[in-house]
Amino acid sequence: MTELDTQTQAALAAIADAASLEALEEQRLAALGKKGWVSLALKTLGGMSPDERTAAAPAIQSARAAIADALDAKKAALEAAELEAQLARETIDLTLPAAAAPKGSVHPVSQVMDELAEIFADLGFAVATGPEIEDDWHNFTALNMDETHPARAMHDTFYFPDKTGEGREILLRTHTSPVQIRSMLDQGAPIRIIAPGRVYRSDSDATHTPMFHQVEGLVIDKDIHLGHLKWTLETFFKAFFEREDIVLRLRPSYFPFTEPSVEVDVGYSTEGGRRVVGGHGDAPGHAWMEIGGSGMVNDRVLEFAGLDPAASQGFAFGLGIDRIAMLKYGMNDLRAFFDGDPRWLKHYGFSPFDQPTLSAGVGAKA
Amino acid sequence: MKFALTWLKDYLETDATVAEICDGLNAIGIEVEGVEDPADKLAGFRIAHVLTAARHPDADKLQVLTVDTGDGNPLQVVCGAPNARAGMKGVLGLPGAVVPANGMVLRKSAIRGVESNGMMCSTRELELGEDHDGIIELPDDAPVGTSFADYHGADPVIEVAVTPNRPDCMGVYGIARDLAAKGLGTLKPIAVPAFEAFDPCPVEIRTDDTEGCPAFYGRVIKGVTNGPSPDWLQARLKSAGQRPISLLVDLTNYLMLGFGRPAHVYDLAKLSGAVVARRAKDGEEVLALNEKTYTLDAEMTVIADEVQVHDIAGIMGGEHSGVSESTTDVLLEIAYFDPARIGATGRRLGLSSDARTRFERGVDPEFLDDGLDLLTGLIVELAGGQPSEVVRAGSPPPGGTKILDVNLSEITRRLAGLDIDDVEQVRILESLGFMARTGNDRNVWEVHVPARRHDIEGPADLVEEVVRIHGLDKVASVALPRAEGVARPTATPQQKLERGLRRAAAASGLNEAVTWSFLPEWAAEHFADEGQALWVLANPISEDLKAMRPSLLPGLLMAAKRNANRGAASSRLFEIGRRYFRSNDGLSDEKPTLGIVLAGEKTQRGWQAGKAKPFDAYDAKALALELLEAAGAPVQNLMVMREAGAQFHPGQSATLRLGPKVVLARFGMVHPATLKAFDVDGPIAAVELFLDAIPAKKGAAFARSGFTPPALQAVTRDFAFLVPATLAAGDLVRAVQGADKAVITGVRVFDVFAGAGVPEGHKSIAVEVTLQPGEASFKDAELKALAEKIVAAAAKLGAELRG
Repeated sequence: MTELDTQTQAALAAIADAASLEALEEQRLAALGKKGWVSLALKTLGGMSPDERTAAAPAIQSARAAIADALDAKKAALEAAELEAQLARETIDLTLPAAAAPKGSVHPVSQVMDELAEIFADLGFAVATGPEIEDDWHNFTALNMDETHPARAMHDTFYFPDKTGEGREILLRTHTSPVQIRSMLDQGAPIRIIAPGRVYRSDSDATHTPMFHQVEGLVIDKDIHLGHLKWTLETFFKAFFEREDIVLRLRPSYFPFTEPSVEVDVGYSTEGGRRVVGGHGDAPGHAWMEIGGSGMVNDRVLEFAGLDPAASQGFAFGLGIDRIAMLKYGMNDLRAFFDGDPRWLKHYGFSPFDQPTLSAGVGAKA
Repeated sequence: MKFALTWLKDYLETDATVAEICDGLNAIGIEVEGVEDPADKLAGFRIAHVLTAARHPDADKLQVLTVDTGDGNPLQVVCGAPNARAGMKGVLGLPGAVVPANGMVLRKSAIRGVESNGMMCSTRELELGEDHDGIIELPDDAPVGTSFADYHGADPVIEVAVTPNRPDCMGVYGIARDLAAKGLGTLKPIAVPAFEAFDPCPVEIRTDDTEGCPAFYGRVIKGVTNGPSPDWLQARLKSAGQRPISLLVDLTNYLMLGFGRPAHVYDLAKLSGAVVARRAKDGEEVLALNEKTYTLDAEMTVIADEVQVHDIAGIMGGEHSGVSESTTDVLLEIAYFDPARIGATGRRLGLSSDARTRFERGVDPEFLDDGLDLLTGLIVELAGGQPSEVVRAGSPPPGGTKILDVNLSEITRRLAGLDIDDVEQVRILESLGFMARTGNDRNVWEVHVPARRHDIEGPADLVEEVVRIHGLDKVASVALPRAEGVARPTATPQQKLERGLRRAAAASGLNEAVTWSFLPEWAAEHFADEGQALWVLANPISEDLKAMRPSLLPGLLMAAKRNANRGAASSRLFEIGRRYFRSNDGLSDEKPTLGIVLAGEKTQRGWQAGKAKPFDAYDAKALALELLEAAGAPVQNLMVMREAGAQFHPGQSATLRLGPKVVLARFGMVHPATLKAFDVDGPIAAVELFLDAIPAKKGAAFARSGFTPPALQAVTRDFAFLVPATLAAGDLVRAVQGADKAVITGVRVFDVFAGAGVPEGHKSIAVEVTLQPGEASFKDAELKALAEKIVAAAAKLGAELRG
């Protein structure tokens, strides 16, 4: 073994033993630094004859390469170990709670109104609105309830002391039906609208609140009849409850603004103390429940709304939004709708991303 | 309205069961609200024959009976009734039966050591009467073992809701007529007991108010004997929920409930001189039969004699001339009153009665003479007496005047979508008392409307009659015509705005609430604008729900308070709804609004965050801007100005405006005085977005403008300015921005500092300015020139570059 070999082996062993980057650097300087023995050995080549150089150079070059490789490898290993140690030091307790962003919610009434809009848009209905502080002409007279009409008294109306310029009483609308009148006056026939919104009656008990939500539907065209009404409500309820087994029962009734007038019942069963819409009301374990009023728009109403009953006819219906929301989503207390309790709002409310769409189904499952 | 099945069968010949009748009633629009079948209560009670009766070995007052219930196995029963004896027939309640009077479930038991297998019942125990002196004794021919309910003839009572358009069905006879039309039996003619009239009516009758009382018919009956009504009459009235009073009163009630025809009976001895229908005098009083005194006015029709008012016409009789046990001579009144006036009078007096309900809806104007004869006949038959002839003042509106020319098959098809042949349509109409005949055009029918059907006005009403009897269930669903292709969008910009904002607000962590539109008046006043005339209800349901809200914040504040009282750590509530104002013409001006209330803890105390943090005005600002941006408002151009309103902390609130006038939103901390007024703990931050003020986007298309990122990278430079403490950072930012609008693309405040090293009355604001080069990179000289421009612009506001 030459001296060069011996020195090289010693250097490689020292490199392997270096415990830190600093120690490694010392070894680098000792071998490859300006005054390192390899560098000095390389310098001796300059004083040799070409033949001598040819003979000596390969050994020196190879020792240099071996030491340089060993330095690089050791450096990488030391750095990796140091990083590992640093990461170990940086360990944190991930069982600690992370900060959570507050979760918002959409009120069930709004959600159901969006569902209504989506379903009825597919049937070609636009959404119409009107004032909640109404006059008695739009709320009653134009709906064929003149001042002496007994049905006016049945409406438990909230009145303001004020009167309009024409001397009409000002009141809180008792139903969404005045929107029918305003829409017909504004846009004439044909017309297909729903009108959801707040309505008010002076009534308060376990199942009634003085403010609640209704949706009005109105279709006026040339040859719309009771069969279309039945189909429209059936189609709506099937889409709304996402069930094909919806069965409606129409019963004759009386509303001043429709003739013939029809009360709409839907078949349901009771499961786990809850009403579940679906099935025939006369089937075993089933019954009927009233779900809305409807009928063919009374000729007088058409006249009040500026339409010619000989040329236009159609149907109207009214449904309680809070009520169908309760039926679909299982709330049992109407009063809680208007309380603003975050616990209730989070429990029964909807994610902002539950935007009703036809392709995903308008309803949002729990 | 309620009536016993027997009563219905007085007028309707039918074999239909109760269930069939109820289905029929529902099908024709007379909604059944309930059926009470006494047979249900008497289940488990049987007719029993007492075979033996012996002393109880251990009790003096008890007997041990053996009773036969018809199955050949006599039962032992212990009984305490004094009248229990061998050989009698009575009613035995078997184990499992429920005693109607007290709900007790009978069981096999031992009474003083003797086995008893049931209970012999008294009349009171079965709720069939008051007698409780002994057990029921049945006649000898009572069939042993038969269900007592069947033997007793339990009479189901049906309760129906009659719609206000059908006063003709506010009597059992009218309901029988509708059921007969439906094919559930045959309507019997009205049976009027025969009587003979003597002499003209001795009392003068007049109507001086032919508008309010177009017809007033009367008759005197002398020598009647008033007293309790016979059982059949009492049973019928009780089934209708009426308490029997006396024969004469009960018979008028029978006429009203059976035939929808109110009438009145006066004690002739209490009347003086002519009996006249007239207007009341203002302030005139009458003590009515409900023992209340009513003060009348000149808009009300009354029946009076020469001395006083005896009847609030068509609503309630007077106490003075009411009949009593001692009444012998009576005057019968049957009249036609104007429905509108009856309604107005009843409303003004706050007085409801069965008579008013019927007159207000309209009684049959052709049933005056017949009604009077029926009442007279019944009185003469049951109370005796000699009737006078009828005296008539005025006349009711003539019947038979309403005639409709209708193409029945065409209109029924058109409105109901049903093909029903003319024969069937005419059969239905005629069974309801209409008359129909064709003229030259065989398709057009001349339909005569019976006078009692005030509700029939046009062809559509006839369709309803035909369809409800024919069966609404026969209407088949027909799809609405559908426009070709995919359904078109229908939402208006306002609707899209509200829908988008609602979900944006919820996505920001807010819970949507729906609160009352009306507030306590003080709460509404607290949030009203200076001089704003609120909408205040004349007849609120309570003081808490009285004035229409001028802001969404009070309702949300009250909700936050309720939540805090329930122990909620925080309330992050929003609501989208209307604020109620008045337009210039005095009508309603309802402004769509989004309100937010942030109460309680913004962040809970935590291992990272430290102490719990409340909401601050910047939380409110962030939400206001975020939601305005979601609403499409040009948030880059908004001005932050004061005047958020007196309900806000004056130094920690602001408005966001588009130009100096158009306020899009207000936000900030709620004023401590407001918190106090609402009795809620602060701090609370609030936001209100005025959705009607947000300008609609114009001319937007689907395609966005082209994407042209700058070719060269932007550079940033920091500037720290010493400014007067009162200078708004926003003003400084705007000034810096204005130094070179083309090049300066961003100015961001990154530090605000006052204290050590900053002179008194000053603060330090540091901004990072983003400079965007155009075609070529900035040269040092250019950057220097820009920095000088920025410093100069800031200096105009008194800002000095810090060294």
